[in-house]
Amino acid sequence: MHNLLYNLCDHLSAQLKGAEILNCSLDGETSEFVRLNQGAVRQAGSVKQAYLELCLIDGQRQAGARLSLTSDLATDQAAAATVLTELRDRIPHLSDDPHLLYNTEVQSSEHHSEDRCPAAAEVIERIVETARGTDFVGLYAGGAIHSAFANSLGQRNGFSSHSFHLDWSLYHRADKAVKCGYAGTEWSDQEFSNKMDQARRELGVLQRSPRTIDPGRYRVYLAPTAVAEVIAILGWGGFGLKSQRTQRSPLIRAVKGEEELASCFNLSEHVGSGLAPRFGKSGFIKPERIQLFEGGRYASPLVSPRSAREYSVTTNGADDNESPVAVEMEAGQTPRDQVLSELGTGVFVNNLHYLNYSDRPSCRLTGMTRFATFWVEDGEVVAPLNVMRFDETFYRMFGEQLATLTRERELLIDPGTYERRSTQSAMVPGAIIDDFTFTL
Amino acid sequence: MTETIERRFKKVAPAVEFCSMRLVTTRSEQLWVRQGVLQPMRSVRDQGAMITVIDQGGYGYGATSDLSESGLRTAAEEARAWAHSTRKHSVVDFSSIDMPRPTASYESPVSNSWDDTPLADKIDLLKKGCDSLGGDQRIVDREASLWFTEEETVFLAADGSRACQKLSMIVPDLAVVANQGSETLQRSLGGRGYCRQGGLEVLELVGFHSEGPNLVQEALQLLAAPDCPEEQMSLLLAPDQMLLQIHESIGHPLELDRILGDERNYAGTSFVTLDMFGSYRYGSDLLNITFDPDRPQQFASYGFDDDGLPAQREYIIKDGILLRPLGGVTSQARAAISGVANSRANGWNRPPIDRMANLNLEPGKSSFDELVSGVERGVYMRSNCSWSIDDSRNKFQFGCEWAQLIENGELTTVVKKPNYRGVSASFWRNLIGVGNEDTFEVMGTPYCGKGEPNQVIRVGHASPTCLFRDVDVFGGA
Repeated sequence: MHNLLYNLCDHLSAQLKGAEILNCSLDGETSEFVRLNQGAVRQAGSVKQAYLELCLIDGQRQAGARLSLTSDLATDQAAAATVLTELRDRIPHLSDDPHLLYNTEVQSSEHHSEDRCPAAAEVIERIVETARGTDFVGLYAGGAIHSAFANSLGQRNGFSSHSFHLDWSLYHRADKAVKCGYAGTEWSDQEFSNKMDQARRELGVLQRSPRTIDPGRYRVYLAPTAVAEVIAILGWGGFGLKSQRTQRSPLIRAVKGEEELASCFNLSEHVGSGLAPRFGKSGFIKPERIQLFEGGRYASPLVSPRSAREYSVTTNGADDNESPVAVEMEAGQTPRDQVLSELGTGVFVNNLHYLNYSDRPSCRLTGMTRFATFWVEDGEVVAPLNVMRFDETFYRMFGEQLATLTRERELLIDPGTYERRSTQSAMVPGAIIDDFTFTL
Repeated sequence: MTETIERRFKKVAPAVEFCSMRLVTTRSEQLWVRQGVLQPMRSVRDQGAMITVIDQGGYGYGATSDLSESGLRTAAEEARAWAHSTRKHSVVDFSSIDMPRPTASYESPVSNSWDDTPLADKIDLLKKGCDSLGGDQRIVDREASLWFTEEETVFLAADGSRACQKLSMIVPDLAVVANQGSETLQRSLGGRGYCRQGGLEVLELVGFHSEGPNLVQEALQLLAAPDCPEEQMSLLLAPDQMLLQIHESIGHPLELDRILGDERNYAGTSFVTLDMFGSYRYGSDLLNITFDPDRPQQFASYGFDDDGLPAQREYIIKDGILLRPLGGVTSQARAAISGVANSRANGWNRPPIDRMANLNLEPGKSSFDELVSGVERGVYMRSNCSWSIDDSRNKFQFGCEWAQLIENGELTTVVKKPNYRGVSASFWRNLIGVGNEDTFEVMGTPYCGKGEPNQVIRVGHASPTCLFRDVDVFGGA
């Protein structure tokens, strides 16, 4: 699909006038989505989509448009040429943009993976067969994902991956369930069976009578999936330069040096992992790693080209929303198989749900426990826990109250499919936290 | 072009029990002025089709932006292949469902069309809006924006029926951020909830031209305000918070697909069960909730849903008693219960699922002053800024931008960072006052997320100001 973009860019570049510059980007996918409930198929289908984004630059002015593509070159060339003319007609009505910044040094790259994905219909047969007798609910999503960038200066960047992601829950009853995921490029019946066997074993514990605890402060273990939820909410305006300079960042007190986390807290944006494209829509290439927190102290922001120009700093190629796409948190010292004994008596949280800020300047977060959350006594799982609401500041959680991080980390591939299949990921350890506040 | 695509569909539609095509054409423009600087203008043109097949008990879809004959043929083949390959494993015998064959048409009422106003005038409007948010050194960010969308849907069943609708929508916004020391607080136009169907006439109706200075004043007021106290008290909620309260703790738990378990791996389940409909006391006698798809200018009005079911107004909760769920034709068949026409998709590339549309709380009889005067100790909250609720849609916690204490029947001190928490199953039973038409506002949100694969969709919520007793409220850290 990247060749379609390159052809379109060549076609449009030949129509540019004067000193016009054109940035083009493409995102597309050929996906199969199968939704399941109670071990049966609710909706199954295929989606083929491709979008072209154009940004016409003339001096200090710019105008942009996004349009769906048919993948037929002649049809798409004609549609894109019409849009280019509309953008050119629009530019005189716009004012100079003092924050316009785009890459002018040609840095081309190609990153493509082989298609070893299974035939989805066959996989669904395996899933239904293996899930028989269980209350299995979730989504299989698989196929090709494409991204590409091209500009009239000659830069070309292509990225494609072929992958699948089965994201599911195995339910006992009501809201008691084990949450699972299996993502990769090559399906293995054996690996899927092993994951199902593990989930069935965990489901056994959920069949015990659930316990309800009073609101208060408890020692908790947040599994990597729960830690990733906390880090993900911080991505909502936390790490970007714009939110920091406008004082809106929930991490502003750390940015100003008024708050510190535990010295073992190290967090980076690591796009070098290769799961997400390293180029953006302005043509800049992201560095392999950007340190966000180091030794518990705020280190550096994500800077989009626009913020770079507005605040007179250098861009690190961040997307317009300045959110991380491949966060990586450094591991700790506690072996995973010692988590229960290290926790002692407290709450084992596998998943958190629906996080939001309850006091943004203080970075105080609220959210719910979800799926398999357990009450633990003297290092033994005693009972599943009914859902609890927490309300706690990030600074306490990963600062003075952080007891330890696990030695092992998990690579969590984002199962998100808003508009398109996500290429985001998180590599994080689990965390034991003291005096974690539950409120409801 | 549409007629050509329709002809192609009829040519490629396979010989199956049921086949339909939903052709969606969307164009949108976003204009945004921040700190007095026009931000990059973006326009979108999107066109694609979803072909759905039901055959031999199975269901499948194929969606594509390739609208050539061969592109549609491939999509139709994929839909048929999925229907056949999954028919033995379907959650329901899809062939037993009587799918709608609509012949309706619907168009948003527009009196001042987006296209009739020159681009330069719209930019000028936004610059003025942004300018109205300045004037003080403590204002660290300010922005004014307009988001216009026009969406045309043609629904065709292969056996002949045809329906079409054209929706025009405007999302206006003003937002201002004030800072002093390490405290940063914001005010916005209705918590970004003043989105409507229609044209630029909407701006006058929602105060876009006049509210800027008030927002600045309130943001600065908040900087100097004490934290909202932590105690149990009466809670008066403005419509721009009620929209969120209705959405999260009535709308989502009543979606029939959640009750049937489809959403349990993602958005969650529901504390509501099928046996509750017809008898369960959801709230006090004052609680009346309608599914109202034909209120002029409300954000999610339409003539038929994306399965083609004609939409009509229904009471969901009447005098506090739960009557019917929010479920479209497929969920109704699976649950053997009457629902509403709310099977919706956020575009051509996602299949329809049960969504809210316009879900409204009907006005009562109390004036705003009467609601306030009846409160000995309470707090009045406006403009949502934080939302969180459990996966059964029961334990919630919400935060607002602005609040004012109510003491002995009078509005008194402004307080910052107001939050409250509660449990849906008991919260609505503590509804003790419902404002009249004068307090009623038509609002909504463009951002309701749900479904696997994920979808963001537009919903509308209209509500009067409402009063609740014995609510746990609190402030900042």
